[in-house]
Amino acid sequence: MMTSETLLEVQNLNIFFKSDKNPEPIHAVRDLSFSLKQGEMLGVVGESGSGKSITNLALMGILGDNSIVKADKLHFNNRDLLTLKEQEWQKVRGGEISMIFQDPMTALNPFLTVEFQIVETILAHKKISKKEARELAIDLLAQVGITSPTERLKAYPFELSGGMAQRVMIAMAISTGPKLLIADEPTTALDVTIQKQILTLIKSLQEKNNMSVILVTHDLGVVSEFSERVQVMYAGELVETAMTKNLIKHPFHPYSYGLLSSRPGAVVRPAKSVLPSIPGIVPAFHQRPSGCQFHPRCPHVQNDCIPSPIALEKGIRCLHPMKEEVV
Amino acid sequence: MKQFFNELYFELKKNRGAMIGIVIIILSVIIALLAPVIAPHNPTEVFSESLRLPPSFIEGGKTGFFFGTDDIGRDILSRLIYGSRISLAVGFSVVILALFTGTLLGVFAGFYGGLVDRVIMRLTDLIMSLPSILFAIVIVAVLGPGITNAIIAVAVVAVPNFIRIIRAQVLVEKNKQYVSAAKLFGAGNFRIMFVEILPNCMAPLIVQASLGFSDGILNVAALGFLGLGAQAPMSEWGTMLSDARSFIESSPWMVTLPGLCILITVLSFNLLGDGLRDALDPRLKKQN
Amino acid sequence: MSELLRVSGLDKVYDIKKMFKPTMKLKALSNVNFHLNSRETLGIVGESGCGKSTLAKVLTKLEQKTSGSIELLGKNFDTFNPKEFHSAIQMVFQDPYQSLNPRKKAFDIISDPLTINTPEKSAAEVREQVFAMMKKVGLREEFAKRYPHHFSGGQRQRLGIARSLMLHPQILILDEPVSALDVSIQAQVLNLLLELQKEFNLAYLFISHDLSVIQHMSDRILVMYLGRVVEYGSRDEIFNNPLHPYTQILLESAPKTNREKKEADHILNGELPSALNLPRGCAFEPRCPYATLGCKEVVPDLIQKQGRWVACHEAPSIARN
Repeated sequence: MMTSETLLEVQNLNIFFKSDKNPEPIHAVRDLSFSLKQGEMLGVVGESGSGKSITNLALMGILGDNSIVKADKLHFNNRDLLTLKEQEWQKVRGGEISMIFQDPMTALNPFLTVEFQIVETILAHKKISKKEARELAIDLLAQVGITSPTERLKAYPFELSGGMAQRVMIAMAISTGPKLLIADEPTTALDVTIQKQILTLIKSLQEKNNMSVILVTHDLGVVSEFSERVQVMYAGELVETAMTKNLIKHPFHPYSYGLLSSRPGAVVRPAKSVLPSIPGIVPAFHQRPSGCQFHPRCPHVQNDCIPSPIALEKGIRCLHPMKEEVV
Repeated sequence: MKQFFNELYFELKKNRGAMIGIVIIILSVIIALLAPVIAPHNPTEVFSESLRLPPSFIEGGKTGFFFGTDDIGRDILSRLIYGSRISLAVGFSVVILALFTGTLLGVFAGFYGGLVDRVIMRLTDLIMSLPSILFAIVIVAVLGPGITNAIIAVAVVAVPNFIRIIRAQVLVEKNKQYVSAAKLFGAGNFRIMFVEILPNCMAPLIVQASLGFSDGILNVAALGFLGLGAQAPMSEWGTMLSDARSFIESSPWMVTLPGLCILITVLSFNLLGDGLRDALDPRLKKQN
Repeated sequence: MSELLRVSGLDKVYDIKKMFKPTMKLKALSNVNFHLNSRETLGIVGESGCGKSTLAKVLTKLEQKTSGSIELLGKNFDTFNPKEFHSAIQMVFQDPYQSLNPRKKAFDIISDPLTINTPEKSAAEVREQVFAMMKKVGLREEFAKRYPHHFSGGQRQRLGIARSLMLHPQILILDEPVSALDVSIQAQVLNLLLELQKEFNLAYLFISHDLSVIQHMSDRILVMYLGRVVEYGSRDEIFNNPLHPYTQILLESAPKTNREKKEADHILNGELPSALNLPRGCAFEPRCPYATLGCKEVVPDLIQKQGRWVACHEAPSIARN
């Protein structure tokens, strides 16, 4: 039932930003390669400065004018995203690739009703009448679990709770039947019980509609429960990619290892004991170290980690991967 | 603070208009300071044989009087140079007065809210109910003509803008967590208002001060033109305009030149103010 | 181990006045009871609208309580003079980007509590104390002349912690102290907090929505829902055997990496009722999977059950799967 053809293929994606303060463009995302099959959910884990959000914006073609996007391959649904003209982008954006954001309150226009915003999205991509679009909107709101959808149409975003507003955003995002949904920290601003509702909803939509999902989060627990595959990003690079259950049990890259072991709930520990932690802070975009980006903070750094960039090998970008399991 | 001004200057440099404004202002200040040295003649000295002479580069002019003379025989160039002193002093006084009063009232209004806020805002509304120049005329009519009263009048009509701008910023800042933190350490209201919050209101204040300068000069010149501001024999540009009214057609330079000075000075402060506003706005967002 | 804080029957009601409508009452806190001993951490957990932020504000006198009693260090809360009060209880704020005055240098931010409360101290004494505290929280001395925007989130939070300790309080309220930080930095700051607790004999009121953080940091837990306490007891009792249905669902909802797959979890349905119009009976009843008719009528009191306090009519009969 589920097709397993490759929907998205990214090879050596490099994103630069021009800035007045720096003579050289800032190399924000470096040599990123990954692929995504139709109907698959990929979890992307990273903290601030990892480049995960910038990558998403590049996939939607909405990076600013001061950005430079280069890649060997950036194919979506058999189309080359690098050569798309703006008019073609408008069909892809929102139509074939949709995105939902972290804070639904700021992503929705506060001056327009829910109805207006959903119907506008639908009509931008489907040639149907306004009445049909409205019917579709009601149906979508019901699909995303909103009770009394017909009444909710008349609401303004500020009248909705965080969870409901996020559902509205999801309804808008799936209204055009996209092949790929990019969810950028969709539940970070929500309560944990609502988070569960929303993520379960996204998962069910993935399964029902055979829709691919890129779920970006900083929460390894979320990734562990919802996505089958995960990639970890650090300072603009992909440092590890694996099946989620394998990564959780046995992360190879010291950064992934550090992330997993420093979570208070990772393993059973005596309460109020010292947590393992990663020393230092994430390097700023324009102050990236040489060689392995993580080496200044790595407890297992060796001399060969420092001079030159490390290549990705078997899904791990590390010359001395961890051997122990997370304790 | 020094950091703030360094970064501000960096942003400002990009705006050509603002840089031109700054240059003109600096030149004006230099001219004003060096007036006794630069001016060829005493501004009040009367040359009875040289009445209403055109500028020296036009036919009929005399070499000693570069911009010609007025109807009483005073050298216009010298009067303009000394006039710059007056204008700058005026602008400065107006801004200082309005800034002090406006900031104080704005901070109280924003911080205390309630009755204090309402009273201050109604006062503001009152002053803004008339066009500023009219209100200034009313005040001068009450106080009597003269440059000091003109400055007071213009300062009064400039106050509402300062109040509103500061109040708006205070309203935003007072809910921030650093203010709660200060309360938690026993900071009293005055400390919170003036040590914690006020420094964070600098940006709009600086912009308004710059624009207030130009408004101040313009308004005092207008009052001077109406005979309510600087009185003879002060060589204030607006008063010079007023004196030259009857000679618009016969000796146009008597009108044009003071007018140009007003124009250039006001424009330069406006350019600076706009540049400051642009430089400070996105920076504020970036920093926060 | 002495009792530092005892809160009984605490209510906080806000009056909401809108034009042309009668004044509405927002019950932010209703009948909150708990106590805090020295050197222990009480974790306060709950979601939006549960009243945990309001509780922090009332305890620090940023807001006035409506009714109820608070005993601080054995004395009535209201009888403290400002200086005594600020030296007894302090707070670390949630947003590291908003809780530091952007126009002040790090040194001044940390020294302010001293300059305001102990002006008799000489500049040299103040310097010494500030640098000593900076060292304790892991900030280098040369950072003292920098402005907040030069610091990372984690460093700012350390600054905030340093500031809060300058008056040597006995109780520190930590309002989501690590929620705004990157995951890899959270562990650093949590470790710092644990260290400081031991060194300065501090009692913590740790507010967080992150259950794994609460579980790690707390000795006892207070679970709040819509301004009321629904469960209150030791950390192990509550995490291993939650009795209140809300606590159960809350614990199940938190995504975990080491969870074994169980039978269908309860997903919380419905929406949070408005605090302007609380239900007559149990506030959780509209969304409770175990609700019975009686739950609608009477607000459940906190009763002692299996070693902790729980406010639920059905608690005796609910067993966790």
